[in-house]
Amino acid sequence: MQNWFENKRFFWATMLAPTVWFLAFFVAPMALVWAYSFGENAGPVNIAITGTFGNYAKAFRPEILQVLSDSVVLALIATLICLVLAFPVAIAMTFADDKTKSWLLLLIMLPFWTNLLIRTYALIAMMRTEGFINFTFAFFHNIAVSLGFNLGDYVPMELLYNKSAIVIGLVYVHLPFMVLPLYAALDKLDRSLIEASLDLGAGHLTTMWKIVVPLALPGIAAGLVITFIPAMGAYLTPDLLGGPNDLMIATLIERQFKRANDWPFGSALSFILMYVTLIFFALRTFFEARGGKVSAH
Amino acid sequence: MPDNSTVNKKSSVVKDETIIKIENLTKRFGKVAAVDDINLEIKRGEFFALLGPSGCGKTTLLRMIAGFEVPTEGKIFLDGVDVSNIPPNKRPVNTVFQSYAVFPHLSVFDNVAYGLQFDNVSKSEQRERVMAALEDVKLEHLAERKPDQMSGGQRQRVALARALVKRPKVLLLDEPLSALDAKLREAMRFELTELQDRVGVTFIMVTHDQDEALAMACRCAVMDRGRLMQLATPSTLYEFPANKFVADFIGSVNMFEGKLILDEPDKAIVEVEELGGKVFFDHGVLGAEGGQIFVGIRPEKIELIKRTKDMKKPQMEDSPEDCNVFAGVIDNISYLGSESIYEITLENGRRMQVSRPNLSRWDQEDFTFNDEVWLGFHGDSPVLLQN
Repeated sequence: MQNWFENKRFFWATMLAPTVWFLAFFVAPMALVWAYSFGENAGPVNIAITGTFGNYAKAFRPEILQVLSDSVVLALIATLICLVLAFPVAIAMTFADDKTKSWLLLLIMLPFWTNLLIRTYALIAMMRTEGFINFTFAFFHNIAVSLGFNLGDYVPMELLYNKSAIVIGLVYVHLPFMVLPLYAALDKLDRSLIEASLDLGAGHLTTMWKIVVPLALPGIAAGLVITFIPAMGAYLTPDLLGGPNDLMIATLIERQFKRANDWPFGSALSFILMYVTLIFFALRTFFEARGGKVSAH
Repeated sequence: MPDNSTVNKKSSVVKDETIIKIENLTKRFGKVAAVDDINLEIKRGEFFALLGPSGCGKTTLLRMIAGFEVPTEGKIFLDGVDVSNIPPNKRPVNTVFQSYAVFPHLSVFDNVAYGLQFDNVSKSEQRERVMAALEDVKLEHLAERKPDQMSGGQRQRVALARALVKRPKVLLLDEPLSALDAKLREAMRFELTELQDRVGVTFIMVTHDQDEALAMACRCAVMDRGRLMQLATPSTLYEFPANKFVADFIGSVNMFEGKLILDEPDKAIVEVEELGGKVFFDHGVLGAEGGQIFVGIRPEKIELIKRTKDMKKPQMEDSPEDCNVFAGVIDNISYLGSESIYEITLENGRRMQVSRPNLSRWDQEDFTFNDEVWLGFHGDSPVLLQN
């Protein structure tokens, strides 16, 4: 077949529209934000691009660094919890028969198709002081009391508006991002490798640890990065579930653009978030290159 | 008929002791019986083949011996111990997988050493045994390689060494040669039998390739639709097939339905309508009365004689007049170098296959297309088959 990229007329006929679109609505705004990050407020709506690095320097102030490190730590914890929860799920999906497999996939994908806001409010309904979790605990508490245990009044747990609420929310939202790459990696695994390990005398856990996990490493790395990046940039979840002092970077950025009306600083923060993201992407590529060498044969 | 109980002397390490005994073994998947009430015994040191078309249950049987499938009914004894419900990692049996299943993230050395860490073996002894196993398969110089830098044949050797280093009582091989190209396959046949002879371990091989089974195994179990059709040495399977299925599956055969018209201790005659004549046996075929019977004749056991007009029908010297000789015309010839295969159409339209070795460099010129010929065979050539 002729290489379409060598046919200039065909190439431009198909590429013109997307090129214009990308330039106008992706590259130009990004460039604008990038330029703002080197600017200063010159009035309520005017920004003077002065080439200053002051906005980036501001990001190194302790209270901003605190938000940045909180974001990384919370996202990291959520990502690791996702890994621990998703691995058995991915294993189950890999070894289920075809019919069960498609049902499990549907269950994993279903939340994706539900509005994030609705899901988050549902989570709030579960976790608030008068919510279903506290209600359930209170129910068993009262049974215990009526059976004669001297436990006193039920004190509802404070589940919302703190850092653990953010982590629970992040795990809830981002679990599919972890399950799918793990499943993709495990599904490619030659089953006879597992049988060979058992055949040679290894138990099931040893086989999991010495054969399945090492061979799934590229998938694990992909899952970690794909989960971590959106978790770190999450806006709605920490905003709704976190307390007034539990800021993550996306909320901080939002405040610069709105409440603080400091677009240049908000732009600088956005680009810092993007640079951190790029570092993790680079790590992923590195792992993939290494993983590719291991699994190719 | 030769005595089936004595083991063919192809392998020098066979002992007259049973290492595997399979009793009334059945495996059902849903309603389908993949393995259906099989009984057989395998001798210590034997090179044993499970042979049959795909879907005949041979792989399921192998997987039950390995422990990957639990029998629905029946028992497997290994060295006198019932292992039917023992998991694979606790059985002194190891497998060479069809895909080899060499661990891609481990070096050759670590692949072979993998199984030893679960046996009580010191590090230094592990090293020694791994290197010895690699020498057995001639891979000692590649110990540090990763599997992705090796050919298919080399990876198979890794799989062999990895299984043999465990010193299993039985080594299972699942279609060991199917993934190799033709030349290498032939070389590996000899190498596997030599290796088996050297290490003295009982080998059980699954294959759908009859040439492979006949060439390598001391004895073969031929299976069809989950049932054991015949268990015998390769030559017995070929020359004395127990039934239509085995005769048809092993080698090629001309087969005709017939009617027994004479059955005496030293001779028998079967009337074969499809041939338009009678087939004479120089031995009795006791017990063949009643039911359908079939006559099978191997293509290489038929002689071709040129037939001219007005020529009197010849007579085979050991057969009565009018038996075992039929007229036909050569329809098609496959010249294979060492032999030629002739497709012959009989006067009644029925086709037969005759093969003829090209012993001299001019033999293939004896017959050509559309030649009129007589087909003749001796009284000891046909076999009588039931069902």
